[in-house]
Amino acid sequence: MTPQSSIWWMVLIKCAVLLLVVITTFAYAMLAERKVMGWMQLRPGPNRVGPWGLLQPAVDAVKLILKEDLTPKTADPLIYRLAPFISLVTAFAVYAVIPFSEPGPGNVWAVGDVNAGILLILAMTSIGVYGISLGGWASGSKYPLLGSVRSTAQLVSYELAMGMSLVGVLILAGTTSLVGIVNSQAKLWFFIPQIVGFIIYVITAVAETNRAPFDLVEADAELVGGFNTEYSGLRFGLFFIAEYINMLTVSCIATLLFLGGWNAVVGLTIVPGIVWFLLKVAFFMFAYIWLRSSFPRIRYDRLMAFGWKVLLPVATLNLIITAAYVAVRG
Amino acid sequence: MSRKNLYNVGALLAGLGVTFKYMFKRKPTIQYPSRKKKHAPRFHGLHELRRYGDGKERCIGCELCSSVCPANAITVIGAENSPADRRSPGERYAARYEIDELRCIFCGMCEEACPTDAIVLTPRFEMSDYRRGSFIYSKDRLLVPPEAGTGLAPDDRPNGIPSDLGRVAEIKSTVSTDEGYDATWRGTILKTQTKGLAE
Repeated sequence: MTPQSSIWWMVLIKCAVLLLVVITTFAYAMLAERKVMGWMQLRPGPNRVGPWGLLQPAVDAVKLILKEDLTPKTADPLIYRLAPFISLVTAFAVYAVIPFSEPGPGNVWAVGDVNAGILLILAMTSIGVYGISLGGWASGSKYPLLGSVRSTAQLVSYELAMGMSLVGVLILAGTTSLVGIVNSQAKLWFFIPQIVGFIIYVITAVAETNRAPFDLVEADAELVGGFNTEYSGLRFGLFFIAEYINMLTVSCIATLLFLGGWNAVVGLTIVPGIVWFLLKVAFFMFAYIWLRSSFPRIRYDRLMAFGWKVLLPVATLNLIITAAYVAVRG
Repeated sequence: MSRKNLYNVGALLAGLGVTFKYMFKRKPTIQYPSRKKKHAPRFHGLHELRRYGDGKERCIGCELCSSVCPANAITVIGAENSPADRRSPGERYAARYEIDELRCIFCGMCEEACPTDAIVLTPRFEMSDYRRGSFIYSKDRLLVPPEAGTGLAPDDRPNGIPSDLGRVAEIKSTVSTDEGYDATWRGTILKTQTKGLAE
Protein backbone atom coordinates (compact mmCIF):
# COMPACT_ATOMS: atom_id res chain seq x y z
CA MET A 1 0.00 0.00 0.00
CA THR A 2 1.34 3.39 -0.92
CA PRO A 3 1.58 5.96 1.86
CA GLN A 4 -0.93 8.07 -0.04
CA SER A 5 -3.61 5.39 -0.05
CA SER A 6 -2.96 4.48 3.58
CA ILE A 7 -3.75 8.06 4.54
CA TRP A 8 -7.05 7.81 2.70
CA TRP A 9 -7.89 4.57 4.48
CA MET A 10 -7.04 6.18 7.79
CA VAL A 11 -9.34 9.12 7.05
CA LEU A 12 -12.15 6.83 5.96
CA ILE A 13 -11.93 4.75 9.11
CA LYS A 14 -11.79 7.84 11.26
CA CYS A 15 -14.87 9.24 9.50
CA ALA A 16 -16.83 6.03 10.05
CA VAL A 17 -15.92 5.87 13.73
CA LEU A 18 -16.68 9.54 14.21
CA LEU A 19 -20.05 9.24 12.51
CA LEU A 20 -20.97 6.39 14.79
CA VAL A 21 -19.79 8.19 17.90
CA VAL A 22 -21.52 11.45 17.03
CA ILE A 23 -24.84 9.78 16.23
CA THR A 24 -24.74 7.74 19.43
CA THR A 25 -23.87 10.85 21.38
CA PHE A 26 -26.80 12.62 19.77
CA ALA A 27 -29.15 9.80 20.74
CA TYR A 28 -28.09 9.87 24.35
CA ALA A 29 -27.93 13.64 24.48
CA MET A 30 -31.60 13.55 23.60
CA LEU A 31 -32.32 11.00 26.29
CA ALA A 32 -30.29 13.04 28.78
CA GLU A 33 -32.27 16.12 27.87
CA ARG A 34 -35.58 14.38 28.49
CA LYS A 35 -34.31 12.89 31.72
CA VAL A 36 -32.81 16.08 33.13
CA MET A 37 -35.78 18.19 32.09
CA GLY A 38 -38.01 15.61 33.69
CA TRP A 39 -36.10 15.77 36.95
CA MET A 40 -36.21 19.53 36.97
CA GLN A 41 -39.98 19.33 36.50
CA LEU A 42 -40.37 16.69 39.23
CA ARG A 43 -40.94 13.87 36.77
CA PRO A 44 -38.80 10.74 36.36
CA GLY A 45 -38.42 11.13 32.59
CA PRO A 46 -38.52 8.24 30.12
CA ASN A 47 -38.09 4.97 31.99
CA ARG A 48 -40.26 2.43 30.19
CA VAL A 49 -38.02 1.16 27.40
CA GLY A 50 -35.07 -0.81 28.62
CA PRO A 51 -33.42 -0.38 32.00
CA TRP A 52 -33.65 3.25 33.14
CA GLY A 53 -35.10 4.14 29.72
CA LEU A 54 -31.75 3.52 28.04
CA LEU A 55 -33.28 2.03 24.89
CA GLN A 56 -35.57 5.01 24.36
CA PRO A 57 -33.44 6.56 21.57
CA ALA A 58 -33.56 3.33 19.56
CA VAL A 59 -37.33 3.19 19.85
CA ASP A 60 -37.61 6.85 18.86
CA ALA A 61 -35.50 6.22 15.80
CA VAL A 62 -37.66 3.29 14.74
CA LYS A 63 -40.75 5.40 15.22
CA LEU A 64 -39.39 8.22 13.07
CA ILE A 65 -38.28 5.84 10.33
CA LEU A 66 -41.62 4.06 10.17
CA LYS A 67 -43.69 7.23 10.08
CA GLU A 68 -45.22 8.44 6.84
CA ASP A 69 -43.09 10.92 4.90
CA LEU A 70 -45.44 13.62 3.65
CA THR A 71 -44.70 16.33 1.12
CA PRO A 72 -47.32 19.09 1.07
CA LYS A 73 -48.95 19.86 -2.29
CA THR A 74 -47.79 23.47 -2.16
CA ALA A 75 -44.21 22.56 -1.34
CA ASP A 76 -41.27 22.91 -3.70
CA PRO A 77 -40.49 19.21 -3.91
CA LEU A 78 -36.76 19.30 -4.62
CA ILE A 79 -35.78 21.94 -2.09
CA TYR A 80 -38.24 20.58 0.45
CA ARG A 81 -36.53 17.21 0.31
CA LEU A 82 -33.04 18.63 0.10
CA ALA A 83 -33.24 20.99 3.09
CA PRO A 84 -32.89 18.41 5.90
CA PHE A 85 -29.80 17.04 4.23
CA ILE A 86 -28.19 20.48 4.04
CA SER A 87 -28.75 20.84 7.77
CA LEU A 88 -27.41 17.40 8.56
CA VAL A 89 -24.40 17.40 6.27
CA THR A 90 -23.15 20.78 7.45
CA ALA A 91 -23.71 19.71 11.05
CA PHE A 92 -21.62 16.58 10.51
CA ALA A 93 -18.95 18.24 8.37
CA VAL A 94 -17.77 20.31 11.32
CA TYR A 95 -16.47 17.20 13.08
CA ALA A 96 -13.88 16.73 10.35
CA VAL A 97 -11.62 19.30 12.00
CA ILE A 98 -12.42 19.10 15.70
CA PRO A 99 -9.45 17.66 17.61
CA PHE A 100 -10.61 15.54 20.51
CA SER A 101 -7.32 15.11 22.29
CA GLU A 102 -3.67 16.05 22.18
CA PRO A 103 -2.04 15.06 18.87
CA GLY A 104 0.81 12.61 19.37
CA PRO A 105 3.70 11.98 16.96
CA GLY A 106 2.22 11.04 13.59
CA ASN A 107 -1.23 10.79 15.09
CA VAL A 108 -3.96 13.43 15.30
CA TRP A 109 -7.16 12.92 17.28
CA ALA A 110 -9.15 14.38 14.42
CA VAL A 111 -10.03 13.42 10.88
CA GLY A 112 -7.91 16.27 9.60
CA ASP A 113 -5.75 18.81 11.38
CA VAL A 114 -6.57 21.94 9.39
CA ASN A 115 -4.60 25.06 10.23
CA ALA A 116 -7.69 27.22 9.73
CA GLY A 117 -10.01 24.84 11.58
CA ILE A 118 -12.07 27.45 13.40
CA LEU A 119 -12.80 29.25 10.12
CA LEU A 120 -14.02 26.03 8.54
CA ILE A 121 -16.32 25.42 11.51
CA LEU A 122 -17.78 28.92 11.31
CA ALA A 123 -18.27 28.59 7.57
CA MET A 124 -20.03 25.24 7.92
CA THR A 125 -22.35 26.39 10.67
CA SER A 126 -23.24 29.41 8.52
CA ILE A 127 -24.19 27.18 5.63
CA GLY A 128 -26.35 25.22 8.04
CA VAL A 129 -28.74 28.18 8.13
CA TYR A 130 -29.73 27.33 4.58
CA GLY A 131 -31.19 24.03 5.69
CA ILE A 132 -33.57 25.75 8.07
CA SER A 133 -34.49 28.74 5.93
CA LEU A 134 -34.91 26.76 2.71
CA GLY A 135 -36.84 24.03 4.51
CA GLY A 136 -39.24 26.59 5.94
CA TRP A 137 -39.62 28.42 2.67
CA ALA A 138 -40.07 25.32 0.52
CA SER A 139 -42.81 23.94 2.77
CA GLY A 140 -45.26 26.31 1.09
CA SER A 141 -47.08 27.02 4.33
CA LYS A 142 -47.28 30.08 6.54
CA TYR A 143 -45.90 28.96 9.89
CA PRO A 144 -42.77 27.33 8.50
CA LEU A 145 -42.20 30.45 6.40
CA LEU A 146 -42.42 32.68 9.49
CA GLY A 147 -40.08 30.34 11.31
CA SER A 148 -37.52 30.39 8.54
CA VAL A 149 -37.68 34.18 8.19
CA ARG A 150 -37.04 34.46 11.89
CA SER A 151 -34.24 31.96 11.73
CA THR A 152 -32.47 33.83 8.97
CA ALA A 153 -32.72 37.13 10.82
CA GLN A 154 -31.77 35.61 14.15
CA LEU A 155 -28.84 33.56 12.94
CA VAL A 156 -27.38 36.38 10.87
CA SER A 157 -27.67 38.81 13.78
CA TYR A 158 -26.16 36.53 16.38
CA GLU A 159 -23.45 35.19 14.11
CA LEU A 160 -21.87 38.67 14.08
CA ALA A 161 -21.58 38.84 17.84
CA MET A 162 -20.42 35.22 17.94
CA GLY A 163 -17.65 35.87 15.43
CA MET A 164 -16.56 38.98 17.34
CA SER A 165 -16.38 37.07 20.59
CA LEU A 166 -14.20 34.39 19.00
CA VAL A 167 -11.75 36.80 17.39
CA GLY A 168 -10.54 37.85 20.85
CA VAL A 169 -9.39 34.28 21.48
CA LEU A 170 -7.76 34.06 18.07
CA ILE A 171 -5.77 37.24 18.76
CA LEU A 172 -4.57 35.92 22.12
CA ALA A 173 -3.62 32.55 20.64
CA GLY A 174 -2.14 34.03 17.47
CA THR A 175 -3.37 31.10 15.37
CA THR A 176 -6.56 29.78 13.81
CA SER A 177 -5.54 26.15 14.19
CA LEU A 178 -7.65 24.47 16.86
CA VAL A 179 -4.71 22.42 18.11
CA GLY A 180 -2.64 25.60 18.32
CA ILE A 181 -5.37 27.41 20.23
CA VAL A 182 -5.67 24.62 22.77
CA ASN A 183 -1.91 24.36 23.19
CA SER A 184 -1.66 28.08 23.90
CA GLN A 185 -4.09 27.55 26.80
CA ALA A 186 -1.75 25.17 28.60
CA LYS A 187 -1.08 27.70 31.38
CA LEU A 188 -4.23 29.81 31.42
CA TRP A 189 -7.58 28.88 29.93
CA PHE A 190 -8.91 31.66 27.74
CA PHE A 191 -12.18 31.99 29.57
CA ILE A 192 -10.35 33.95 32.28
CA PRO A 193 -8.78 36.71 30.17
CA GLN A 194 -11.70 36.51 27.73
CA ILE A 195 -14.50 36.28 30.28
CA VAL A 196 -16.61 38.83 28.37
CA GLY A 197 -16.06 36.98 25.12
CA PHE A 198 -16.88 33.69 26.84
CA ILE A 199 -20.20 34.93 28.18
CA ILE A 200 -21.13 36.44 24.82
CA TYR A 201 -20.15 33.24 23.05
CA VAL A 202 -22.32 31.09 25.33
CA ILE A 203 -25.32 33.36 24.84
CA THR A 204 -24.93 33.57 21.06
CA ALA A 205 -24.31 29.84 20.83
CA VAL A 206 -27.72 29.21 22.38
CA ALA A 207 -29.26 31.53 19.81
CA GLU A 208 -27.27 30.01 16.94
CA THR A 209 -28.56 26.54 17.69
CA ASN A 210 -32.16 27.75 18.07
CA ARG A 211 -32.46 26.50 21.60
CA ALA A 212 -34.64 27.88 24.37
CA PRO A 213 -34.82 30.68 25.47
CA PHE A 214 -33.90 31.80 21.93
CA ASP A 215 -35.92 29.16 20.08
CA LEU A 216 -37.95 31.70 18.13
CA VAL A 217 -37.40 29.58 15.04
CA GLU A 218 -39.42 26.73 16.46
CA ALA A 219 -41.59 28.62 18.94
CA ASP A 220 -44.07 25.77 19.37
CA ALA A 221 -46.56 28.06 21.10
CA GLU A 222 -46.89 30.48 18.18
CA LEU A 223 -45.65 28.69 15.08
CA VAL A 224 -46.82 25.12 15.76
CA GLY A 225 -43.33 23.74 15.13
CA GLY A 226 -41.70 26.58 13.26
CA PHE A 227 -39.67 25.77 10.19
CA ASN A 228 -40.23 22.01 10.55
CA THR A 229 -44.03 22.09 10.92
CA GLU A 230 -44.69 20.33 7.60
CA TYR A 231 -41.94 17.78 7.98
CA SER A 232 -42.65 14.30 9.25
CA GLY A 233 -40.95 10.98 9.59
CA LEU A 234 -37.29 10.64 8.79
CA ARG A 235 -36.93 14.13 7.32
CA PHE A 236 -38.12 15.65 10.56
CA GLY A 237 -35.70 13.34 12.28
CA LEU A 238 -32.82 14.69 10.22
CA PHE A 239 -33.57 18.25 11.34
CA PHE A 240 -33.79 16.96 14.87
CA ILE A 241 -30.42 15.24 14.62
CA ALA A 242 -28.90 18.36 13.08
CA GLU A 243 -30.13 20.50 15.95
CA TYR A 244 -28.57 18.27 18.58
CA ILE A 245 -25.34 17.86 16.66
CA ASN A 246 -25.13 21.64 16.38
CA MET A 247 -25.52 21.79 20.15
CA LEU A 248 -22.62 19.37 20.43
CA THR A 249 -20.60 21.42 17.96
CA VAL A 250 -20.93 24.70 19.81
CA SER A 251 -20.14 22.87 23.05
CA CYS A 252 -16.99 21.51 21.42
CA ILE A 253 -15.98 24.98 20.20
CA ALA A 254 -16.57 26.48 23.62
CA THR A 255 -14.44 23.73 25.13
CA LEU A 256 -11.63 24.16 22.61
CA LEU A 257 -11.53 27.93 22.60
CA PHE A 258 -12.39 28.87 26.16
CA LEU A 259 -12.08 25.88 28.49
CA GLY A 260 -8.67 24.66 27.39
CA GLY A 261 -9.79 21.69 25.28
CA TRP A 262 -8.06 18.54 26.51
CA ASN A 263 -5.92 20.39 29.08
CA ALA A 264 -6.39 18.82 32.50
CA VAL A 265 -7.92 20.65 35.44
CA VAL A 266 -5.24 21.65 38.03
CA GLY A 267 -2.59 19.23 36.84
CA LEU A 268 -4.68 16.04 36.96
CA THR A 269 -2.78 14.70 33.97
CA ILE A 270 -3.40 11.07 34.99
CA VAL A 271 -6.83 11.37 33.41
CA PRO A 272 -6.40 11.25 29.62
CA GLY A 273 -7.08 14.36 27.59
CA ILE A 274 -10.01 12.87 25.73
CA VAL A 275 -11.85 12.38 29.03
CA TRP A 276 -11.31 16.00 30.01
CA PHE A 277 -12.53 17.09 26.62
CA LEU A 278 -15.69 15.00 26.86
CA LEU A 279 -16.34 16.12 30.43
CA LYS A 280 -16.15 19.75 29.42
CA VAL A 281 -18.45 19.16 26.44
CA ALA A 282 -20.89 17.32 28.70
CA PHE A 283 -20.87 20.28 31.05
CA PHE A 284 -21.94 22.59 28.23
CA MET A 285 -24.61 20.17 27.07
CA PHE A 286 -26.01 20.07 30.58
CA ALA A 287 -25.98 23.87 30.69
CA TYR A 288 -28.06 23.89 27.51
CA ILE A 289 -30.69 21.63 29.01
CA TRP A 290 -30.59 23.58 32.22
CA LEU A 291 -31.22 26.86 30.40
CA ARG A 292 -34.07 25.32 28.46
CA SER A 293 -35.92 24.14 31.53
CA SER A 294 -35.35 27.42 33.38
CA PHE A 295 -36.14 30.29 31.07
CA PRO A 296 -39.21 31.28 29.07
CA ARG A 297 -38.87 32.20 25.42
CA ILE A 298 -37.68 35.76 24.85
CA ARG A 299 -39.85 38.11 22.77
CA TYR A 300 -38.74 38.53 19.17
CA ASP A 301 -38.05 42.27 19.22
CA ARG A 302 -36.20 41.87 22.53
CA LEU A 303 -34.10 39.16 20.94
CA MET A 304 -33.10 41.44 18.09
CA ALA A 305 -32.52 44.41 20.37
CA PHE A 306 -30.38 42.29 22.67
CA GLY A 307 -28.31 40.95 19.81
CA TRP A 308 -27.67 44.25 18.05
CA LYS A 309 -27.66 46.76 20.91
CA VAL A 310 -25.98 44.78 23.67
CA LEU A 311 -24.09 41.74 22.45
CA LEU A 312 -22.54 43.20 19.31
CA PRO A 313 -21.23 46.46 20.89
CA VAL A 314 -19.89 44.64 23.94
CA ALA A 315 -18.22 42.01 21.77
CA THR A 316 -16.66 44.70 19.60
CA LEU A 317 -15.42 46.57 22.65
CA ASN A 318 -13.95 43.36 24.01
CA LEU A 319 -12.22 42.75 20.70
CA ILE A 320 -10.74 46.27 20.60
CA ILE A 321 -9.45 46.04 24.17
CA THR A 322 -7.92 42.62 23.52
CA ALA A 323 -6.30 43.79 20.32
CA ALA A 324 -4.90 46.90 22.01
CA TYR A 325 -3.58 44.79 24.91
CA VAL A 326 -1.83 42.35 22.57
CA ALA A 327 -0.44 45.22 20.48
CA VAL A 328 0.96 47.03 23.52
CA ARG A 329 2.42 43.89 25.11
CA GLY A 330 3.89 42.99 21.73
CA MET B 1 -41.36 42.24 31.57
CA SER B 2 -39.69 45.53 32.13
CA ARG B 3 -36.32 46.30 30.71
CA LYS B 4 -34.92 46.35 34.24
CA ASN B 5 -36.03 42.79 34.84
CA LEU B 6 -34.84 41.57 31.47
CA TYR B 7 -31.25 42.46 32.23
CA ASN B 8 -31.43 41.43 35.88
CA VAL B 9 -28.70 38.81 35.93
CA GLY B 10 -29.27 38.03 39.60
CA ALA B 11 -32.86 37.02 38.89
CA LEU B 12 -31.73 34.81 36.00
CA LEU B 13 -29.21 33.05 38.24
CA ALA B 14 -31.82 32.64 40.96
CA GLY B 15 -34.05 30.98 38.38
CA LEU B 16 -31.29 28.59 37.40
CA GLY B 17 -30.79 27.83 41.08
CA VAL B 18 -34.43 26.87 41.47
CA THR B 19 -34.38 24.41 38.59
CA PHE B 20 -31.08 22.93 39.78
CA LYS B 21 -32.49 22.40 43.26
CA TYR B 22 -35.63 20.76 41.90
CA MET B 23 -33.55 18.31 39.89
CA PHE B 24 -32.63 16.51 43.11
CA LYS B 25 -36.04 16.61 44.74
CA ARG B 26 -38.02 13.46 45.30
CA LYS B 27 -40.34 12.78 42.40
CA PRO B 28 -43.99 12.24 43.32
CA THR B 29 -44.62 9.95 40.34
CA ILE B 30 -46.15 6.56 41.08
CA GLN B 31 -45.09 4.04 38.43
CA TYR B 32 -48.71 3.18 37.78
CA PRO B 33 -49.09 -0.15 36.05
CA SER B 34 -46.43 -1.81 38.16
CA ARG B 35 -47.21 -0.02 41.41
CA LYS B 36 -50.66 1.01 42.45
CA LYS B 37 -52.29 3.06 45.08
CA LYS B 38 -54.69 1.23 47.31
CA HIS B 39 -58.02 2.92 47.42
CA ALA B 40 -60.31 3.47 50.34
CA PRO B 41 -62.26 0.33 51.24
CA ARG B 42 -65.49 2.00 50.18
CA PHE B 43 -64.13 3.59 47.01
CA HIS B 44 -66.85 3.67 44.35
CA GLY B 45 -65.64 1.51 41.49
CA LEU B 46 -66.95 -1.33 39.39
CA HIS B 47 -70.22 -2.98 40.47
CA GLU B 48 -70.72 -6.48 41.69
CA LEU B 49 -73.76 -8.64 42.31
CA ARG B 50 -73.38 -10.61 45.53
CA ARG B 51 -74.64 -14.03 46.60
CA TYR B 52 -75.88 -15.56 49.81
CA GLY B 53 -73.83 -18.13 51.67
CA ASP B 54 -75.78 -20.99 50.09
CA GLY B 55 -74.87 -19.76 46.62
CA LYS B 56 -78.26 -18.16 45.80
CA GLU B 57 -78.32 -14.76 44.14
CA ARG B 58 -79.24 -11.89 46.37
CA CYS B 59 -80.89 -9.92 43.58
CA ILE B 60 -84.68 -10.34 43.51
CA GLY B 61 -85.22 -8.38 40.29
CA CYS B 62 -87.16 -5.54 41.97
CA GLU B 63 -85.65 -2.87 39.66
CA LEU B 64 -85.25 -0.35 42.47
CA CYS B 65 -81.62 0.23 41.47
CA SER B 66 -82.67 0.80 37.90
CA SER B 67 -85.30 3.35 38.86
CA VAL B 68 -83.07 5.20 41.32
CA CYS B 69 -80.12 5.38 38.94
CA PRO B 70 -79.63 9.06 38.01
CA ALA B 71 -77.69 8.15 34.86
CA ASN B 72 -80.13 5.50 33.62
CA ALA B 73 -77.24 3.09 33.42
CA ILE B 74 -78.94 0.00 34.84
CA THR B 75 -81.32 -2.32 33.04
CA VAL B 76 -83.05 -5.06 35.05
CA ILE B 77 -85.52 -7.56 33.67
CA GLY B 78 -86.94 -9.78 36.36
CA ALA B 79 -88.39 -13.27 36.04
CA GLU B 80 -90.27 -15.66 38.33
CA ASN B 81 -88.32 -18.32 40.14
CA SER B 82 -89.55 -21.80 39.29
CA PRO B 83 -89.47 -24.47 42.01
CA ALA B 84 -87.19 -26.55 39.83
CA ASP B 85 -84.63 -23.79 39.34
CA ARG B 86 -84.50 -21.40 42.29
CA ARG B 87 -82.02 -18.64 41.54
CA SER B 88 -82.86 -16.45 44.52
CA PRO B 89 -84.63 -16.99 47.84
CA GLY B 90 -87.46 -14.61 46.88
CA GLU B 91 -90.20 -14.99 44.32
CA ARG B 92 -88.33 -13.30 41.52
CA TYR B 93 -84.79 -13.03 40.26
CA ALA B 94 -82.98 -10.90 37.67
CA ALA B 95 -83.16 -12.68 34.33
CA ARG B 96 -81.08 -9.89 32.83
CA TYR B 97 -79.03 -7.39 34.76
CA GLU B 98 -76.94 -4.96 32.72
CA ILE B 99 -74.97 -1.88 33.70
CA ASP B 100 -73.55 0.48 31.12
CA GLU B 101 -70.34 1.51 32.85
CA LEU B 102 -69.81 4.35 30.40
CA ARG B 103 -73.04 5.97 31.60
CA CYS B 104 -72.52 5.14 35.26
CA ILE B 105 -71.40 8.03 37.45
CA PHE B 106 -70.44 5.76 40.35
CA CYS B 107 -72.65 7.62 42.81
CA GLY B 108 -73.65 4.52 44.74
CA MET B 109 -77.40 5.17 44.76
CA CYS B 110 -78.08 1.64 43.49
CA GLU B 111 -76.17 0.27 46.43
CA GLU B 112 -78.30 2.32 48.83
CA ALA B 113 -81.58 1.48 47.14
CA CYS B 114 -81.02 -2.28 47.05
CA PRO B 115 -83.25 -3.98 49.66
CA THR B 116 -81.14 -7.16 49.71
CA ASP B 117 -77.62 -5.65 49.48
CA ALA B 118 -77.19 -7.44 46.18
CA ILE B 119 -75.56 -4.70 44.13
CA VAL B 120 -72.43 -3.20 45.66
CA LEU B 121 -69.65 -0.99 44.33
CA THR B 122 -66.19 -2.55 44.61
CA PRO B 123 -62.99 -0.49 44.69
CA ARG B 124 -61.90 -1.88 41.32
CA PHE B 125 -61.39 0.90 38.83
CA GLU B 126 -59.36 -0.52 35.92
CA MET B 127 -62.05 -1.17 33.35
CA SER B 128 -60.41 0.19 30.23
CA ASP B 129 -61.11 -1.66 27.01
CA TYR B 130 -60.97 -1.19 23.27
CA ARG B 131 -64.64 -1.39 22.37
CA ARG B 132 -67.62 0.52 23.67
CA GLY B 133 -69.72 -2.60 23.69
CA SER B 134 -67.51 -4.22 26.27
CA PHE B 135 -68.41 -1.56 28.81
CA ILE B 136 -71.92 -2.95 29.09
CA TYR B 137 -71.47 -5.37 31.95
CA SER B 138 -74.08 -8.08 32.14
CA LYS B 139 -74.64 -10.73 34.76
CA ASP B 140 -71.84 -12.96 33.51
CA ARG B 141 -69.32 -10.36 34.59
CA LEU B 142 -71.18 -8.68 37.45
CA LEU B 143 -72.28 -11.72 39.42
CA VAL B 144 -69.77 -13.25 41.81
CA PRO B 145 -69.00 -16.70 40.46
CA PRO B 146 -70.25 -19.44 42.81
CA GLU B 147 -66.77 -20.75 43.53
CA ALA B 148 -65.57 -17.26 44.56
CA GLY B 149 -67.83 -17.05 47.61
CA THR B 150 -70.43 -14.46 48.34
CA GLY B 151 -68.67 -11.20 47.66
CA LEU B 152 -68.04 -8.65 50.38
CA ALA B 153 -70.32 -5.88 51.49
CA PRO B 154 -68.51 -2.54 51.71
CA ASP B 155 -68.59 -2.67 55.51
CA ASP B 156 -66.76 -5.97 55.53
CA ARG B 157 -63.74 -4.81 53.56
CA PRO B 158 -60.90 -4.37 56.03
CA ASN B 159 -58.31 -2.65 53.84
CA GLY B 160 -58.27 -1.74 50.22
CA ILE B 161 -59.12 -3.94 47.31
CA PRO B 162 -60.04 -7.44 48.41
CA SER B 163 -58.37 -9.89 46.11
CA ASP B 164 -61.18 -12.48 46.21
CA LEU B 165 -63.79 -10.36 44.50
CA GLY B 166 -65.26 -12.25 41.66
CA ARG B 167 -64.38 -13.06 38.12
CA VAL B 168 -63.50 -9.59 36.86
CA ALA B 169 -60.67 -9.39 39.31
CA GLU B 170 -59.20 -12.53 37.79
CA ILE B 171 -59.66 -11.38 34.24
CA LYS B 172 -58.68 -7.76 34.55
CA SER B 173 -56.09 -7.63 37.27
CA THR B 174 -52.58 -7.74 35.87
CA VAL B 175 -50.80 -7.22 39.15
CA SER B 176 -51.28 -8.65 42.57
CA THR B 177 -53.50 -6.25 44.42
CA ASP B 178 -51.52 -6.72 47.60
CA GLU B 179 -48.51 -4.87 46.18
CA GLY B 180 -50.30 -1.56 45.89
CA TYR B 181 -49.70 1.55 47.89
CA ASP B 182 -51.81 2.43 50.84
CA ALA B 183 -54.39 5.00 50.02
CA THR B 184 -53.77 8.72 50.16
CA TRP B 185 -57.23 9.39 51.46
CA ARG B 186 -56.05 10.06 55.00
CA GLY B 187 -53.06 12.12 55.99
CA THR B 188 -51.34 9.45 58.05
CA ILE B 189 -51.11 7.12 55.10
CA LEU B 190 -49.16 9.62 53.03
CA LYS B 191 -46.05 8.58 54.94
CA THR B 192 -46.23 4.95 53.89
CA GLN B 193 -46.75 6.09 50.34
CA THR B 194 -43.64 8.21 50.18
CA LYS B 195 -41.63 5.31 51.60
CA GLY B 196 -42.39 3.33 48.48
CA LEU B 197 -41.21 6.19 46.28
CA ALA B 198 -37.63 6.00 47.44
CA GLU B 199 -36.52 3.77 44.62
